[in-house]
Amino acid sequence: MSSERAVPREERDGEQDSDPDPVTTGAESVVRALENAGVEYLFGVQGGAIMPVYDALFDSGMTHVTMAHEQGAVHAADAYGIVTGRPGICMATSGPGATNLVTGIADADMDSDPVVALTGQVPTDFVGSDAFQETDTTGVTRPITKENYFASDADSVGDTVGEAFAMAARGRQGPTLVDLPKDVTNGDTDAEPGSAETPPTYEPAETAEPAAVERASEAFADADQPVILAGGGVIKAEASEELRAFATDHEVPVVTTMPGIGAFPENHPLSLEWAGMHGTGYANMALTLTDCLFAVGTRFDDRLTGGVETFAPDAEIIHADIDPAEISKNVEAEYGLVGDAAAVIEQFDAALDESPDTDEWRAQCEEWKREYPLDYYIDEDDPLRPEFVVEAVDAATDDDTVVTTGVGQHQMWASQYWTFTEPRTWVSSHGLGAMGYGVPATIGARLAADEDQSVVCFDGDGSFLMTCQELTVAAREEMDITVFVLNNEYIGMVRQWQDGFFEGRHMASDYNWMPEFDVLAEAFGANGYRIDDYDEVEDTIEAALADDGPSVVDVHIDPQADVFPMVPSGGDNGLFALRGDHL
Amino acid sequence: MSSDEEPPKRGLKGPAPEERARPEGRRNSQGIRIDPDVEAEQLPRRTTITALVSNQPGVLSEVSGLFSRRQFNIESLTVGPTQNPDWSRVTVVVEEPDPNVEQIEKQLDKLVPVIHTRELGDDAVRRELVLVKVSADNPERIHAITEMYDGRTLDAGPRTVTVELTGSERVIDDALDAFRQFDVREIARTGHTALARGETKTSIAPDRVKTDE
Repeated sequence: MSSERAVPREERDGEQDSDPDPVTTGAESVVRALENAGVEYLFGVQGGAIMPVYDALFDSGMTHVTMAHEQGAVHAADAYGIVTGRPGICMATSGPGATNLVTGIADADMDSDPVVALTGQVPTDFVGSDAFQETDTTGVTRPITKENYFASDADSVGDTVGEAFAMAARGRQGPTLVDLPKDVTNGDTDAEPGSAETPPTYEPAETAEPAAVERASEAFADADQPVILAGGGVIKAEASEELRAFATDHEVPVVTTMPGIGAFPENHPLSLEWAGMHGTGYANMALTLTDCLFAVGTRFDDRLTGGVETFAPDAEIIHADIDPAEISKNVEAEYGLVGDAAAVIEQFDAALDESPDTDEWRAQCEEWKREYPLDYYIDEDDPLRPEFVVEAVDAATDDDTVVTTGVGQHQMWASQYWTFTEPRTWVSSHGLGAMGYGVPATIGARLAADEDQSVVCFDGDGSFLMTCQELTVAAREEMDITVFVLNNEYIGMVRQWQDGFFEGRHMASDYNWMPEFDVLAEAFGANGYRIDDYDEVEDTIEAALADDGPSVVDVHIDPQADVFPMVPSGGDNGLFALRGDHL
Repeated sequence: MSSDEEPPKRGLKGPAPEERARPEGRRNSQGIRIDPDVEAEQLPRRTTITALVSNQPGVLSEVSGLFSRRQFNIESLTVGPTQNPDWSRVTVVVEEPDPNVEQIEKQLDKLVPVIHTRELGDDAVRRELVLVKVSADNPERIHAITEMYDGRTLDAGPRTVTVELTGSERVIDDALDAFRQFDVREIARTGHTALARGETKTSIAPDRVKTDE
């Protein structure tokens, strides 16, 4: 099966199952539950304890994409979930298969990405005996899943998988996991799973309490310096249209968080782009001096707030979130609005009798845009600036291009210098900051995106080296992706911190040696390119994008390039550094 | 305005940190806006939180994992069945400042098996049970102290006496103090359990989760 391409089975066979055969085993029930939920793709790696489920997949119309490593499977599923909004499915066997998923599950948990993980487990009778490839998978993943399940019997396993799917998708999205003992999946049953449903104890609020909305809207109308802070929840709730209408109607500047990139078009006059540790100067100035912050779908992560003591300290905070536990968790909200982002924005708009007067405030924000531009120095005799490469790829691609990244400096340059205009086009590892996310996420994003959408990845040399083996999947499946490795032969972000905070002592951040990534790519069956100089940038990008199938461009950038602006960890957002001597 | 300037070779152009407009206010470390001259933090207080949970594998580990992961201080945690065989009650005594107490309730509520969570008021009925095993050197005196605290003698042998005491945390602490005059060999405390007083419901189960009782 692993040698087959990722095309749906009905296309391979030239026919579609119209009336599926009745379920006879637990494994078939698992597969049926996924089919009922509308799953198209699964990302996984085979192994002993999960074999019955794979065997049941043999007859399914769903497409399984065999990945090189389970971490690749879960990151691909995560990216699929980000781009489609529907849970991405990953599969692994027990023991090492399951533990290899852990990084990606934790990533999905931090970023509230919808993911369902299915793990094989040793037969129930062996559980607890330290059997071969036995790990307490539900125990290991309990703190990093929205909910997890240990399948107890063949009759109910299909419904359990359905519930896991529904839980991943509904309310605040997140990863769920079902651990599948081999005797349960091998067990006889004729129980057809029902539709995917959340349990009766689970009831996320749809709309916010009207009285709270009323009070909050009064505070907002009175504000002189209001800001809308749009988090990833706006995208997850498909609320980008509502946000755009609300901000435009009331002429309120919009700042996004990093996961919120794409929630509001960055080329819109009201956009201040994104705030936080490496956010724009103007976004951080506006957040620091606002007197009323309407925050939607954000959890006030420390990379956004810096030290909470100096985060929007003059602002009354109106915090809308689907998860009541996020209200006043990190930063106290004067007004907590619990509900779906799209519904709450509409409620808030309806309750707002008059728009705040923002003429002066918007002029101030415009001035900050002029004062703190993302404007970098170029000398064509010097090594290549990474920012230039990001802008060149942006210029060479359409607006709906999906951008994935690894984690590190390249991720920041990509998010700063690419102009995002549409939701679900920015795919990254935010809360967990998992290096190695890039290549497998690109594979998941490729299968999730429309055929005519381009999918490009910006990766760092360090991140790329962690998961580049997944290129074998992209080559096998002839996936049209382009990976730009911004190669400085450093763990660049660590090198930058060592220069800023550790007296330039480059302990374990200088690789000194990196493979030739263009040659490595060709060994995997991808197209390889290399860029060293400014005059090669445009043509090479064009050639790499034009190639069918996967391409890797090894871009040798200025190894000393730093990411600015920068708010040091726990620092004051208003005092962001523009240069090393500001730190 | 600096639009005509060349950007610096390393970094970006723009006014330095000390040249920028500054906010007037400040928050404390809990993210609460405060008078900039006062940095008072909320002090911890002891309180009881009760949660009705559905009986399913892993629920106790989910609850206890939550407390350790989020670094909430717990004094005691008890679990037991309720009038409905599908449900259990978890009673937690915590020592945390107000914002954290609120967070604990919200985080508990967020766990899927948790049906209802609330903080109990001061008037709630609370009890703890303790077993004390002491050397039987002075049986009369042990008996007298046991009587004084409305305890019961569960086992009296030639060498040891084991008594049971129930009461509020304060009464139990006092009783144990009194027992320290003997040679205390072992102590086992259950931790608090509690119900709301009178007609007040300790937990409210929504209709959708009610099963046949």
